[in-house]
Amino acid sequence: MRVAIVDHGLCNIDSITRAVQECGADSFITDNPKDLEDVGRIILPGVGAFPDAMRNIRARGLDVALKSLVIDKKMPMLGICLGMQMLATRGFEGEETPGLGFINAEVHKLEPQAGERIPHVGWDEVSYPRESKLFAGIPSNKDFYFVHSYHVVPADPSEAIGVCAYAGGFCAALQHGNIYATQFHPEKSQKFGFHVLKNFLSL
Amino acid sequence: MSHKIRIIPTLLYRDTQLVKGKGFDSWRPVGSPMQAVKVYNMREVDELIFLDIRATAEKRSTDFQLIDDLADECFMPLTVGGGIRTVEDVRTLLQVGADKIALNSALYEIPDLVNQIASAFGSQCVVASIDARKTSSGYECFSHSGKTATGKDPVSVAKDAEARGAGEILITSIERDGTMEGYDVELTRLVSEAVNIPVIAAGGAGNYQHMVDVLSGSKASALAAASIYHFTQQTPLEAKQYLREHGFPVRL
Repeated sequence: MRVAIVDHGLCNIDSITRAVQECGADSFITDNPKDLEDVGRIILPGVGAFPDAMRNIRARGLDVALKSLVIDKKMPMLGICLGMQMLATRGFEGEETPGLGFINAEVHKLEPQAGERIPHVGWDEVSYPRESKLFAGIPSNKDFYFVHSYHVVPADPSEAIGVCAYAGGFCAALQHGNIYATQFHPEKSQKFGFHVLKNFLSL
Repeated sequence: MSHKIRIIPTLLYRDTQLVKGKGFDSWRPVGSPMQAVKVYNMREVDELIFLDIRATAEKRSTDFQLIDDLADECFMPLTVGGGIRTVEDVRTLLQVGADKIALNSALYEIPDLVNQIASAFGSQCVVASIDARKTSSGYECFSHSGKTATGKDPVSVAKDAEARGAGEILITSIERDGTMEGYDVELTRLVSEAVNIPVIAAGGAGNYQHMVDVLSGSKASALAAASIYHFTQQTPLEAKQYLREHGFPVRL
């Protein structure tokens, strides 16, 4: 299966591309909307700053192409970290910025509890509010790698398929129809991260 | 508490191979970078730090092709430092597979670079790497692999880096480095109490109890170490088992 890794010019995309290849799929990096038309899966990765990333996405016409494929044609999509946040209606990193709006959600800064530090960096446990295909076969409370200061707050809490207890609890993974997203980095989360990627590829 | 203390092997690169010294001197070769990355990847360590320690002195960027090759075998978070002077250096490093970059000499010479990187790529990818030496009156920071005195104290440098948008602090005790006599707990405490971003302690780990000591005496979030893994039979996995037995949350 061909998997497009959407490049918005800001982040480590080599790792996710390599990880998807290790999972047995044919992944390639692109920032050209035309390249998205004949693929089986789309991955929107990302670290970086929300406003810059959205600017780059729009400047390349990727917002329009992604909407057509993911919303209209129901192509399975995975957003990772900032790529998850960009799926939301709007974000509040620095300035209020509209997101892709694929999911009715907002992106807010994490609020550290006593003794906690932001950014949230490192390995943390994910538990499942409900069953999902993305975490099929992965026991609850396994560790995944996070590195972020913001988190997605879905308007419909039942769209959260993974939660993490840090900073008072936040949505670590979500599903909205054919759209999946993780705040953690599956490509950096070793065996369970690869399991998540394989689950996404075999949806 | 589910957030885990990270145990991070540090790889120091110099003249085509990995090295380890004492007090930032007397370097001994300890193997090839690719072999080390493959082994640590197989062992599923929490994270890796790779520092090209001659890049700044030789006024060059780090070897992007080498990082590209290493990152292809590294399915865990990778921090890369050495010779980073521009936003373009960072963009290239992220493109070839680094997750975070570490700034050291640039913190003193071009501090605004922290702001620029944080604004372009996010705070989470900027690690401020601070090397400090104990003095009669406190601590002093050194740049250029411990060669150049800066006249600044690590607490103020750490706070300045945080204010500029750094996402983590890597604090290394120069005179403890490579001695395996234990972390400088006081230095780690001072820095980790002064900032609200995660602090990685480095320099001096010789056994697992040293790790417990620095975690008990400071607010460090992660522990970097090198000699203990290069020169003894001790491993990151056993370190984490020891920490768990002593009540610290780790990923096993």
